[in-house]
Amino acid sequence: MTTRGEHRARVTAIPSVVLPSVEANLDSSSIAVSRTATTGDNHEALSRAFPLSTSRRGFTFLRRALVRILALAVFVALWQAASTSKARFVVNFAFVPPPTAVALAALEFVQSPKAPQHVISSVRRVLIGFALAAAVAIPLGLAIGRSRLVADIVMTPLEVLRPIPGVAWIPLAILMFPTPEQSMIFICLIGALFPILLSTIHGVENLDRRLVYAAQTLGARNWHIFTEVIFPGALPSIVTGLTIGMGISWFLVVTAEMISGRFGVGYFTWEAYTLQNYADIVVGMLVIGILGMGSSLLVRFLGGRLMPWHRHLVHAR
Amino acid sequence: MRQGAIDLEDVTLVFGSGANAVVALENLSLHVEPGELLAILGPSGCGKSSLVSTIAGFHPPHGGSLLVDGAVVSRPGSDRGVVFQQPTLFPWKSVRENVDFGLRLRKVQRRERRAILEEILHKVGLSEFTSHYPTQLSGGMQQRVGLARVLVNRPRVMLMDEPFGSLDAQTRLQMQELLLDVWNEFRMTILFVTHDIDEAIFLGSRVAMLTRRPGRLKTIIDVALRRPRSLDVLVSPEFMLLKRNCMALLREETVGTDRNQEIRPRLEASRQQPRVGEP
Repeated sequence: MTTRGEHRARVTAIPSVVLPSVEANLDSSSIAVSRTATTGDNHEALSRAFPLSTSRRGFTFLRRALVRILALAVFVALWQAASTSKARFVVNFAFVPPPTAVALAALEFVQSPKAPQHVISSVRRVLIGFALAAAVAIPLGLAIGRSRLVADIVMTPLEVLRPIPGVAWIPLAILMFPTPEQSMIFICLIGALFPILLSTIHGVENLDRRLVYAAQTLGARNWHIFTEVIFPGALPSIVTGLTIGMGISWFLVVTAEMISGRFGVGYFTWEAYTLQNYADIVVGMLVIGILGMGSSLLVRFLGGRLMPWHRHLVHAR
Repeated sequence: MRQGAIDLEDVTLVFGSGANAVVALENLSLHVEPGELLAILGPSGCGKSSLVSTIAGFHPPHGGSLLVDGAVVSRPGSDRGVVFQQPTLFPWKSVRENVDFGLRLRKVQRRERRAILEEILHKVGLSEFTSHYPTQLSGGMQQRVGLARVLVNRPRVMLMDEPFGSLDAQTRLQMQELLLDVWNEFRMTILFVTHDIDEAIFLGSRVAMLTRRPGRLKTIIDVALRRPRSLDVLVSPEFMLLKRNCMALLREETVGTDRNQEIRPRLEASRQQPRVGEP
């Protein structure tokens, strides 16, 4: 194990030495050009006047990508080493499948006819619950943010319900709905509801009031102030809430499926544990991770499409 | 015939209540002629901005009467455009969409809208930046958008609350010339609030001087400088005399002691009878 460790250390060390030296070469070539013409301090001014920006930027991108891949490789290698050697210090790696076994199991999972069924049923539950949560939370949040009366009516019960974790709803949800499917969708809804609601309220309340004044002097009345000022003004905050809500929906669907599911990646993961297919546990976890990441990216992407001005804002920085 | 007469009679405006109440305006009376460019000058915190927000309709006065073309002002409306101290553009709308906002609300036909937009954006020098977002523009350009989006509504009254206060000196001069250009063409009534004496004299047909808080009308100074005015006016002897008078009047209010005995003889020449008696 020690020899492996040393070897790996060398592997990671080499590129980190090589990479800067390549960069230094690039630098020196530009210096060489500038030095033929001038000397000393002018070099800086010249390289500013003739920047290597595009090639340099492409290069740093490449270097960063390489660093990321290497870091991942090191992580996987350590995992492999720990599970094959059955390392045991605090954490017991004896039953943790090595990456090679996981890879094989993943290949098998991808080819199995049940895989799409598991994935689709989880995705379906999350998306329906999430969409319902957004459909309730966004209009409600806008109304609470704008109207003191609405806030007074609904905020007290919401404040009591809010600290209750979504997982705590599972028993009641099972009792409340005729099918487990509906109860799982409900759990997803509950999980996504509060982050979206609170972000929406926050977005409305933090809106610059002067924008509302400006709209009024341009002739806008209530409806247009709502659609043209309040909603787009709160949108960045709403999208943040949606991203968080999506994450919590995934967290809860997996938990709910472990308790009452018949399909789904959460169910698959738990079933793998009970059937002692330990490699499949990790496969299930990875699928959950990928699906969660994918849906978060999707929300962020759609949010970016809805807010082109925000893209420019990021660009300006 | 274009209108835009503003009549304030004993207008009082109070912010807050009880022990925290602040009287911003007290028995302020002022008549603004239709099509006039009136500069409002006063020490900081004298209620200049409060005057604008009252006429705009954000804060109805607590006493007295406020009429625009004979009608009581009760809420904001597009007949009284406001150019704010900060541009307050809609960050989610491009330059074109920001300016288009008023036209869309008035349900102007698409083709007509396009023609108006093109004309106004050209006038304020933004033709090249129609699809930019506000955050991509400099402060001066943002304020041009702020001006353009008011102009498309062809308001009878344009209220301007230190709109060029945060711009650098060069840009401010450019904007002042642009404003005179625009006023010359549209001839709406403009109420231009500023704390900058040069700006007030350069732009205004008259300069209304307010007292320190609570704001009342101290005096009105006629600015008999010929129009069209170019930047050369800024160094003319007539301008200097007016400026000296304004500085003296403003100093009375900022220092707080009445130095009328000393200054009055020199001021009488350029001074009108104030509508509200001085203390």
